[in-house]
Amino acid sequence: MKVQVPYLSRIEGHAHLVVDTKAGEVVECQLEVVETPRFFEKLLVGRHYSEVAGLASRICGVCSHSHTLVSLMATERAFGMEVSEQVTSLRRLLMYGEILQSHLLHLYFMAVPDYLGVNSLLAMAQSRRDLVARALRLKKLGSDICEVIGGRPVHPVTTCVGGFHRFPEASELQRLRRCLSKALPDLEQTVELVAGLDWPDFSHQAECLALHDSDGYPQFGETLISSAGLQVPNSCYREMIREYVVPHSTAKHARINDETYMVGPLARLRQGFHHLSPLAREVADLQGLSPSTNNPYLSQGARLVEVLHCVEQSMHLIDHLLLEGLEYAEPVVTCKAREGVATLEAPRGVLLHAYSYDKEGFLTSADCVIPTAQNLANLEMNLRARVPQIIDEEPDIFQTELEKLVRAYDPCLSCSTHLLTIDRL
Amino acid sequence: MKPRIGFFDFTGCEGCQLTILNLAEKLLDVLDLVEVVEFREVQGHCNEDLDIAFVEGSICRPDEEKRLRMIRTRSKKLITLGACADLAGINIAHEEAGGVELAMAVYGSDSKHLQGGQARPVSAIVPIDGRIPGCPVDGQEFLSILHALLLDRPTNLPAFSLCVECKLAELPCTFEQGIVCLGPVVRAGCNALCIEGGDRCRGCRGLVDNPRESSYHRVLETFNRSVDDILEEYRTYNLRIDEE
Repeated sequence: MKVQVPYLSRIEGHAHLVVDTKAGEVVECQLEVVETPRFFEKLLVGRHYSEVAGLASRICGVCSHSHTLVSLMATERAFGMEVSEQVTSLRRLLMYGEILQSHLLHLYFMAVPDYLGVNSLLAMAQSRRDLVARALRLKKLGSDICEVIGGRPVHPVTTCVGGFHRFPEASELQRLRRCLSKALPDLEQTVELVAGLDWPDFSHQAECLALHDSDGYPQFGETLISSAGLQVPNSCYREMIREYVVPHSTAKHARINDETYMVGPLARLRQGFHHLSPLAREVADLQGLSPSTNNPYLSQGARLVEVLHCVEQSMHLIDHLLLEGLEYAEPVVTCKAREGVATLEAPRGVLLHAYSYDKEGFLTSADCVIPTAQNLANLEMNLRARVPQIIDEEPDIFQTELEKLVRAYDPCLSCSTHLLTIDRL
Repeated sequence: MKPRIGFFDFTGCEGCQLTILNLAEKLLDVLDLVEVVEFREVQGHCNEDLDIAFVEGSICRPDEEKRLRMIRTRSKKLITLGACADLAGINIAHEEAGGVELAMAVYGSDSKHLQGGQARPVSAIVPIDGRIPGCPVDGQEFLSILHALLLDRPTNLPAFSLCVECKLAELPCTFEQGIVCLGPVVRAGCNALCIEGGDRCRGCRGLVDNPRESSYHRVLETFNRSVDDILEEYRTYNLRIDEE
């Protein structure tokens, strides 16, 4: 039996799913990534530091804030700059906004339709207007945070090396705070919906990689920690992560010690379980998630947990900033001819940019490690393990089950093909 | 029957589709007026005839060209969505840097399947019936153009430069801070959002029709800037100068 799904829908970017079985054995099982490569790492070379983050942002619309921030942080690292605590707090808030946008878009528009047996949530605008309206309202909650902090929901304009061109007004933060509290009933209904879905029963042991964040749940941090106990500073990432090209994909694959591994919400939840906010922890317990959960389909459940975590943390962060009072200071930049590596947890997992600059502040090399590229090899391993379990199902059920597994990773192919590892020139 | 519309993406970041989804309640109102039959990011395919196709992204490879032509054949109207589709946008920098070398540099020597191809705007392949500029597009502008299309009215864009909106918003001139800005020659319509955010205009909305060169030259002279400074800025979004 051969299943081919060209231009898989409800994912970010373009890929075909190809599964071929003979007498119950998997002959071929691939996610063919056909997204056109855009070679961002090379495009950044020769650009002035003030331009780099704006270009890096265009790698991906869904993760534009992650790319912008990690890019700024890599530049700051190269120039040996420290940013103020308030800048870090506002950046954290921006990340919460992006994770909310991305996770809620994914859960409602990409994942849930599989479980409700519909092609698209938009098609339910008449029959389930309440559900579609709630999905769009919640999605907007995340984009509103990004708009207030970053100046725009997609591709921020207020961010710059050293911090921000401008801080938000206190009144804007107060408005956000009200929006967050007002969203609680919608979130409650979201928990009811998502936690009630019937996740396929499947487990697959895999190494998980996430950042160590000294402030709690993985978000910012400079140490990569794997579930097998490896611990490496981000500047030595090449010792840990090996990326390689496969013929069927324009996105690279990656391994740690020759093994596939997972990054993203489930990897973070496993590592940061004890740092979850109270509501998030409650939702994790409700779904039976724990630091040892190894069902990749439950990445969706982990995404739901992170939604609650981000909402709760955003409220605390805003309260803290308002209480403290925002004090804007114009960033002062001094260029240095050095290298800088930065990491953060993007919605889909560990994102890394490594840059070097000349003394005039022009970029001389860039290297980037993208979450989806790290997940692809593991996803294919999961697909191979899953196929024999469902091989006797009707073809359309067989296909849907596999698509659910692909979507559980929320692959972002715009990212993974647009910015890949560069061989040292 | 409601008009049938579809959203299609080629080489780009999908940020414009995302901006449409960010319209929230307003998108629900749109869904009362039209039937969205394709939207790959959030919906399956159908391959049926369309009244309006919105196309995001640049066209880089022969398979994309073929797909675009198919979309054109089954769509009454085709509108570009965002700078990548409108101008080839930042994808053009790939061409500038030399495609084959790029593939080698990013993916190593096993990269035969990884050719990017030359990035082209949609209008270089098929005729278009209108465009929504920006990187990403502005949600309100999308709504007003959709409105015009549904009423069979012309889809006009602002015909004046960004400086006008910037002045109306009483923002300080970017040139006065010693920074080169494309505001004098770039099409308005974004309410100078980047300048309000503290950045400069990098030209994502493309050049205004018939930009007034003489006055721009005067601005450059006043602030001690050269035409080369501007041309360097033109690189980001692939703004072209027809004459010279």
